[in-house]
Amino acid sequence: MSLRLAVAAALGALALFPLAGRDYYATLMLPFFGYGIALLGLNLLFGTTGLLSFGHALFVALGAYTAAFLTSKLGVLDLEVILMAAAVAGAVIALPTGLLCVRYVRIYFGMLTLAFGMLFYSFLLKFYAVTGGDEGMRVLRPRLLGLAWTSFGKVEFLTGPFYYYSLAVLVLGAVVMWRIVRSPFGLGLRAIRENAGKAEFTGVDVRRYRLSAFVVAAVFGAVGGALLPIPTGLADPLLAYWTHSGNLVFMLLLGGFGNFFGPVLGAFVFIVLQDQVMSITQYWRFVFGAILAVVVVFFPQGLTGLLDRRQRAGT
Amino acid sequence: MLGGVFHAAVLFLVAAGLQLVFGVQKILNLACGSFYALGAYAGVSAVNWALAAGAPPPIFPLVLVGAGLGLALVGPVIERLLRTIYDRDESFQLLLTFALVLMFEDVIRFVWGTAPHQLSSAYLVYGQLRVGGLVIPVYNLMGFLLARTRFGRIVRATAENRGMAEAMGVDVSRVYVRVFTLGVALGTVGGALVIPATAAVNEMGIDLIVEAFAVVVIGGLGSMRGAVAGALIVGIMRAVAVATYPEVEMLAIYVVVIAVLVLRPAGLFAKAAA
Repeated sequence: MSLRLAVAAALGALALFPLAGRDYYATLMLPFFGYGIALLGLNLLFGTTGLLSFGHALFVALGAYTAAFLTSKLGVLDLEVILMAAAVAGAVIALPTGLLCVRYVRIYFGMLTLAFGMLFYSFLLKFYAVTGGDEGMRVLRPRLLGLAWTSFGKVEFLTGPFYYYSLAVLVLGAVVMWRIVRSPFGLGLRAIRENAGKAEFTGVDVRRYRLSAFVVAAVFGAVGGALLPIPTGLADPLLAYWTHSGNLVFMLLLGGFGNFFGPVLGAFVFIVLQDQVMSITQYWRFVFGAILAVVVVFFPQGLTGLLDRRQRAGT
Repeated sequence: MLGGVFHAAVLFLVAAGLQLVFGVQKILNLACGSFYALGAYAGVSAVNWALAAGAPPPIFPLVLVGAGLGLALVGPVIERLLRTIYDRDESFQLLLTFALVLMFEDVIRFVWGTAPHQLSSAYLVYGQLRVGGLVIPVYNLMGFLLARTRFGRIVRATAENRGMAEAMGVDVSRVYVRVFTLGVALGTVGGALVIPATAAVNEMGIDLIVEAFAVVVIGGLGSMRGAVAGALIVGIMRAVAVATYPEVEMLAIYVVVIAVLVLRPAGLFAKAAA
């Protein structure tokens, strides 16, 4: 199967990449791992279930601040514990918000998620004593697998152990998500996307399924978000701002929400492209807005949709 | 308090543009905040230009309104872009307007730079009163336009049932262009009018859009009266919060938004069918 081959090749390339000695590009991949995980979750919500969230950044920021809070306030440095805590925090926050949000679909769902995201943003911004306000919160270097890696310098740590750790978390996340999507639960979600009324008649508890998808997406968002601030050492309230949610949806659409690997590809292309465009012009937002407009108008299936079509035409 | 009412007046204009476009075209236009920001920058430039040309200060509000209306010319161009996806899922329409938000942000940065633009402070309070007063006639004019004129009847008919309106001989695509341009004009004029009170800054557009959203949600999507009520609630609540507990300023607004969405998802003033 060409898909399996492509995934294996991509994984191999990612695994060998830090050995090439281009440290800058290796560190560029770190946010990609975090975003990739978060987008796998977002795609379960949009691509599989058909709910467009404009507030997914809430959970990414929640994960990032969990990492910040645990490392710099409580002195918990084990990344395994941090990721678990982020997952739990994501689920705990997602349950009540999800209960309210999934009562609505389409534009109202998007608006309600956006409102929750902004609620969290203003909380981060205004409660200076807890969150550091607009200065954000420091995130200390975590311990991986119980080891502190003290002999490693910052760049060595990031492009070495942390790189492979993040890659492993992404692969693990993808495997878990793959099983979720292929399970009867995933099938139920797809049925809801296609026709919620019919799904209800065939015995799918629509609201519970939607809520479960929302919680799973939140957990993935928070785990991905917990990895994000470690390279920079800072959790920033802008992570929760609504334009960040917009960017997440942008990445998803760029890669293609109809394909399982679309979101991961979207995150990769977005980050590499952003780096390249930013080095050429300070007006990268304009370029990205134009790219998004072109994708929306001409290639709504994203990059994977484009590749698919070509493949089908070729055979 | 006066500041709150003034803020509410400006919010109403932007939210009214959002409502109009959503009511007729069913597009939730994230870019309405960008139009607002564009209007503000153009307002500063226009007034400075008028000042240099030796115009007397009392006509500044007119200059501002003129700048806003002139900018509305971008409306038909953008409508042309949006037209390509009218038959698509609303998620895509929302995303396309998000693309516009990104682009306009940099257009503003490119044309006006990153430094705040401001009028000299002498006109501030004086302008605020006068400008705040302008909104009432705008509201009346909108009401008249939509309820009494032939254009208004056509717009309402299109909003109610597009296919039927088309069958009755209404040129729907022309209605869409006009409605969208009117929506843009409300946003740009709103932005131009804010200038006597505050400086134009880069983030004003993306900050305002969330507030305009709040207004629309509180008032009910597609309702003009709802936009007035929502704008007053948000504007005054913000002023009160700033005066008493500045920490909860935005927090309070979102809590109200979520409460309304949960208790009355259609908003306080929505028609039963919405």
